[in-house]
Amino acid sequence: MYAKILNQLTAPKPVSRRRFLLGAGAVAGGLAVGFRLPPAQAQEGETAPINPLNAYITIHPDNTVTVLSSQFDMGQGAWHGLASLVVEELGADWDQITVKGVNGNPAAYGNLTAGGAFQLSGGSSSVFTSFDRYRVAGATAREMLKAAAAKRWNVNVDSLVVSDGFVRNGDQAASFGDLVADAAQIPVPENVALKPREEWSTLGSDALRRFDTDPKTRGTFTYTGDVQIPGMLTAVMIHPPRFGATVKSFDGSKALARDGVEHVVAIHRGVAVVAKTMFDALQGKELVEVEWDESAAEKRGSDALLSAYRETVMNEPEVVARTEGDAPAAIKQATQMVEATYEFPYLAHAAMEPLNAVAHMRDDGVLDLYGGHQAPDLYQMIVSGMTELDMSNINLVIMPTGGGFGRRAVLDADVVTEAAMVAKAIDYSAPVKVQWTRENDTLGGRYRPATIHRVQAGLDENGNIVGWDSHIVSQSLIKGTAFDSGAEVDNTVVEGASNLPYAIDNLRVGATMPQVGVPVLWWRAVGSTHTAYAVETFIDELAAKAKKDPVDYRLAMLKDHPRHAAVLKLAAEKAGWGEALPEGRYRGVSLHESFKSYVAQVVEISIEDDLPKVHKVVCAVDCGIAINPDVVRAQMEGGIGFGLGAVLAEELTLKDGYVQQSNYDAYTPLRMNASPEVEVHIVDSDAGPTGVGEPGVPPIGPAVANAVRSATGKHVTTLPFQKGMRA
Amino acid sequence: MTTLNINGEVREVSVDPQTPLLWALRDTLAMTGTKYGCGIAQCGACTVHVNGAPVRSCQLNVGDAEGMEITTIEGAESKAIEALRVAWNELDVPQCGYCQSGQLMSAASLLERTPKPSDQDIDNAMSGNLCRCATYQRIRAGIHRAADILEA
Ligand code: FES
Ligand code: FES
Repeated sequence: MYAKILNQLTAPKPVSRRRFLLGAGAVAGGLAVGFRLPPAQAQEGETAPINPLNAYITIHPDNTVTVLSSQFDMGQGAWHGLASLVVEELGADWDQITVKGVNGNPAAYGNLTAGGAFQLSGGSSSVFTSFDRYRVAGATAREMLKAAAAKRWNVNVDSLVVSDGFVRNGDQAASFGDLVADAAQIPVPENVALKPREEWSTLGSDALRRFDTDPKTRGTFTYTGDVQIPGMLTAVMIHPPRFGATVKSFDGSKALARDGVEHVVAIHRGVAVVAKTMFDALQGKELVEVEWDESAAEKRGSDALLSAYRETVMNEPEVVARTEGDAPAAIKQATQMVEATYEFPYLAHAAMEPLNAVAHMRDDGVLDLYGGHQAPDLYQMIVSGMTELDMSNINLVIMPTGGGFGRRAVLDADVVTEAAMVAKAIDYSAPVKVQWTRENDTLGGRYRPATIHRVQAGLDENGNIVGWDSHIVSQSLIKGTAFDSGAEVDNTVVEGASNLPYAIDNLRVGATMPQVGVPVLWWRAVGSTHTAYAVETFIDELAAKAKKDPVDYRLAMLKDHPRHAAVLKLAAEKAGWGEALPEGRYRGVSLHESFKSYVAQVVEISIEDDLPKVHKVVCAVDCGIAINPDVVRAQMEGGIGFGLGAVLAEELTLKDGYVQQSNYDAYTPLRMNASPEVEVHIVDSDAGPTGVGEPGVPPIGPAVANAVRSATGKHVTTLPFQKGMRA
Repeated sequence: MTTLNINGEVREVSVDPQTPLLWALRDTLAMTGTKYGCGIAQCGACTVHVNGAPVRSCQLNVGDAEGMEITTIEGAESKAIEALRVAWNELDVPQCGYCQSGQLMSAASLLERTPKPSDQDIDNAMSGNLCRCATYQRIRAGIHRAADILEA
């Protein structure tokens, strides 16, 4: 399939009309992040064993070991995870290990959730796709090192012991670094056995502390924005003020007259001011005059969009994602009909490191592109098409970044193409770093879409749900993009609603996906960021009507979903669900599956200044085998903080097509003073490892909302709370 | 030419005196441990110590910084920051780590002023430092742990 994509991409067509024909499976499973993990695809088509010393592990003569990561690290701990998989089997000392990002070998690095032919970090799949691959790499390399030692010492392999980066035979010892040149000559063994879980020494425990913590306390960890190349210039972008506008003309003469400003150039995404330093570029930017062609620009505001959605949501859905029985009829005949309409705002990723990328044409004619490349093969192809450089002359250097949350997985390689095209526009005369300002980043689009849900349900005389009908109105993340496979339903819009686990006989989940010119993107946990809220607060609404306890009400409908039920019970038990609380404190619960992991959360809140103050969150997670339990805890803590900030106070609005928030003064993520205590419980499981980067996010909003209902009787249906509770 | 005193060394920079210290550090002196997050004193990623106090380096111009004692994350080696580093390593506080230079500089100042901070003290001192990865719980625990280390 890779070849097919390549052919599509290298065919001489205008870039804007290229299609990445990945097929429906890849779209559903890959970048679309919302997905089913294909069970049996692993290793398919890989016949000859991959030499781990070429693809996954570099052992240096000085006895340091570099794990080559196919997965991009934006802080979620993917590099740590992959290194820990290798180390368990390789027998290296943890202190020998460093990690770096690699690309350019799809057979070795292709993401198994996307069919295995395409390198990609996303969908909380890093450990899933690497679990066997990186352990096999470690085990295979270990066997090669042993074979080299056996040959050198003329002993039987079985008498050799490997640990701490050494191969030993009685008193004889050789370091990995000493053996690696010989090991590289050994034929790659096939079918190397992996240690059973009972024999793991570090995996599955907290024994390995993160290798990247210490440099992150000394300012020596290098992010994309810290790349230093002699003679490098810094470019600041002037982007169109409204989405869809283009540069008509510009005058950079005043800027060029300023000291330090070297070039002002127009590229496909705006005007770039290229200067000696960031400050020079920022000053220069103020002096550039740009005239925009706004004929194709989106000029609607978010109020207008939402009021149109409010009408749309009352109509029949355009597409049906799941239907069982006859939901509308069952609801009509029910004893009691309940209904709610939910409104969710646009949200920004707002990672702490604003987007950036560095382009450097080397003397040998290779263009190095440094950045947080979540889909490097794709970015390489796009840049090749735009710069007309051969693919083999484009080298992607995968750097860590200060956060990401989905923003660096883009179908058009946005900031990466900016760096490449600015470099090209100045004839590759100097290395260029494109550094977005916070304002570029917040105003730059690619938001979690604003969404409206209407949910209706019918209850019988005992309060049981006899029908559930839900209609989601949201821009599609896929439709009309290069990844549009033609599938009717965009799973990223309905995920979390269409796979609702509760036993309901008559069920329909539909969607309508309007065309809007505001660019949207996956935002940590994607569709589940809104579907979980609608589903889980509506369940509490129904439980209240049925006069049932919210935990019992859910459990009664989860007979066929033991993993859901187990996390819910665990969270309830650990939180003391049902036990008395101090005066003024209230609990709320929610449960959600995303990225094949199951998470339940119970929160404890009080109400202060008409808003929830969250004191404590008890979180239970089943993510299969937790290979690094402390990373799982960290991701739950972080996901909860990320999701909580959003439901409390994050919102992007547009007026006449202009985004109204441009920096952290107006777009306000969670801060220390609103950060709750989080307690994480991990279900002991033998199932394969599944996602943790995203699944902590979806349950927090509805858990808090359900606690607000207990406190105030109010069912908050408009987010953020700051708006929905004060309305 | 402006003469700056950074991490105990005299550094000459020939930049517009209006240049924020942040950009002089990062672009002119290639000291990239101090991070850019917002440029408007909202995130704290650029926090350094100036004459011992935490300052947002995006808000202090090079011209005004002349003659002051500037300490960045790379040069910080007070007892407080070393204790914080130990605690940060024990607890694996950072995720992406991008905000952590600023977090540590703010936390070090807090511990220097208030050796045994309460949760409320931590809220007050640290709420100007954003962490989009939301490592707040571990930052809080790390500050308490560092306070214990310092006391021992
Ligand atoms: S960059 Fe200075 S406070 Fe954000
Ligand atoms: S650790 Fe990522 S922003 Fe704080």
